[in-house]
Amino acid sequence: MSLDVARIKKDFPLLARTVRDGKELIYLDSGATSQKPYQVLDAERAFYETSNAAVHRGAHALAEEATIHYEDARSTIAGFIGAAPSNIVFTKNATEALNLCSYAFSNATSLSRQGTVSRSIDPRFILKPGDSIVISEMEHHANLVPWQELCAKTGATLRWFSVDDEGRLDLSDMDTLIDATTKVVSIVHQSNILGTVNPVRAIMDRAHEVGAVGIVDGCQSVPHMPVDVASVGADLLMWSGHKMLGPTGIGCLYGTSEILDAMPPFLTGGSMIEMVSMETSTFAPAPQKFEAGTPMVAQAVGLAAGVRYLEEIGMDEVADHEAALTAHSLSVLTAIPGVRIIGPSTTVERGSSISFVVDGLHPHDVGQVLDNRGVAVRVGHHCAWPICRRFGVPATTRISPYIYNDESDIDSAAAGVVAAQDFFGVRP
Amino acid sequence: MNLESLYQEIILDHYKRPRGQGLLASPLGSAHHVNPTCGDELTVEVGLGSDGGLLIGYEGQGCSISQASASVMSELVSGHTVQDAETFRLAFIEMMHAKGTGEPDEEVLGDAVAFAGVAKFPARIKCALLGWMALQDAEIQSGLLTTQTKEHSP
Ligand SMILES: Cc1ncc(COP(=O)(O)O)c(C=O)c1O
Repeated sequence: MSLDVARIKKDFPLLARTVRDGKELIYLDSGATSQKPYQVLDAERAFYETSNAAVHRGAHALAEEATIHYEDARSTIAGFIGAAPSNIVFTKNATEALNLCSYAFSNATSLSRQGTVSRSIDPRFILKPGDSIVISEMEHHANLVPWQELCAKTGATLRWFSVDDEGRLDLSDMDTLIDATTKVVSIVHQSNILGTVNPVRAIMDRAHEVGAVGIVDGCQSVPHMPVDVASVGADLLMWSGHKMLGPTGIGCLYGTSEILDAMPPFLTGGSMIEMVSMETSTFAPAPQKFEAGTPMVAQAVGLAAGVRYLEEIGMDEVADHEAALTAHSLSVLTAIPGVRIIGPSTTVERGSSISFVVDGLHPHDVGQVLDNRGVAVRVGHHCAWPICRRFGVPATTRISPYIYNDESDIDSAAAGVVAAQDFFGVRP
Repeated sequence: MNLESLYQEIILDHYKRPRGQGLLASPLGSAHHVNPTCGDELTVEVGLGSDGGLLIGYEGQGCSISQASASVMSELVSGHTVQDAETFRLAFIEMMHAKGTGEPDEEVLGDAVAFAGVAKFPARIKCALLGWMALQDAEIQSGLLTTQTKEHSP
């Protein structure tokens, strides 16, 4: 049942390279971005070599083929999360998808203030002072800053779930935090810094009780565990292709048909219209309504190949593999005196991203010693600065393994932490 | 490329025993800089001593490179004129941009030449420059430095 990591590794050409004067590369930064297998690289290359053309425009053979490839990719990716193709919008990345969502609200609000458009604006997207937006203290900046901006533009108030010492959301005040004033609830499925897996279903259900739009940031869940949009229960869910074997430059936004129809567009221009005159335009139905301009076709094709790669392994197997790595990581890291985990201390409702701090050492220096041994980890605040403040640390060191890592990689990271303690003379 | 080339003894020593740390009683100017990629923070203050030389105060948290660099900087610059401080600062920046090639001028930079190896680690250059950038802003804020020759770190 465990993954054949040695075989999987052979599919990832980059993992064969060395770093820092010939050291074997141990890549433990997949939470930031994953490496890409030949299957993805080949799919992109094959598309450019044989079928490249602008999609949804023109009627020549290549344009048709390219469109088929693009829409096939959409179907594959939609199927991966149990959605229909028309419920998947391609964006540049998850950050853009989150902005697409927040701009739906600010666009609706300013259009309604102007009163200059004839089309109807869904009142759910119109915000005013007194309305609230609910997020959590553990959000990535991508699911925080757009909402701050939206509040500044509309007068709505930002509220958030706090996080306890174990790195879990404090849901005790859920019914007062999410109340009749709440218009949006946007929560991360799995925290990129703490590793916590949040009970998003319960939170989405509460959001719907009060008529709010429910959003889930799936950046760290979709690549690592089976995610079925029906069971998550969100109106909108997004993630980035590059964290799940796909190329950079493509993100995905899932939306229910009902919500995508109701949302005003984000970017406007070619390809997203139905009819255009000099005075005004009407828009194509979703997903085209949200895909202005020439889309990222090769990237979609590449991501679909990544999805097929993961499906061949099986997402249950991926999740089991990562659960085993999580258990191993927690045990070897906590066995080092002076190391403190920032996040849940058990594997329960927890993913494989593991942040820690080392007494007497700054994460930058820990990361440097690891890097010198060929071990690539992330150091810093992981675009989640507020949660670092919450735990009273300026930054953390984070390991985030994936399907091509095994226990020996974790052991190398742990050995590097001890070496860093020795180098700086802070071993307790 | 080994760790010792980055973490010279002088750097580790300043990190463990920072010199001149603390804020000034009556600063003329101060600047708070952060490294947004890693969250390192540093406040640098400037004042003038009775002899007309610069007084430097600083306080912050961060990695060994950023904290040791601030310590070395305060030692190097304290008591000198603003013009001298500019000479040191520009020499330090040049060293950081030299990608580890070229000979830093020990006559000018003193202990700060220990940071020459940092130039080979692009991710750490910003750490080493944090204090120097804050110093310049503090000088501008105090009115001691008026020429807006603000160098941007890479
Ligand atoms: C939880 C979470 N949300 C959002 C993002 C933003 O993803 P991207 O930078 O690909 O837009 C990330 C990636 O760092 C993430 O981990």
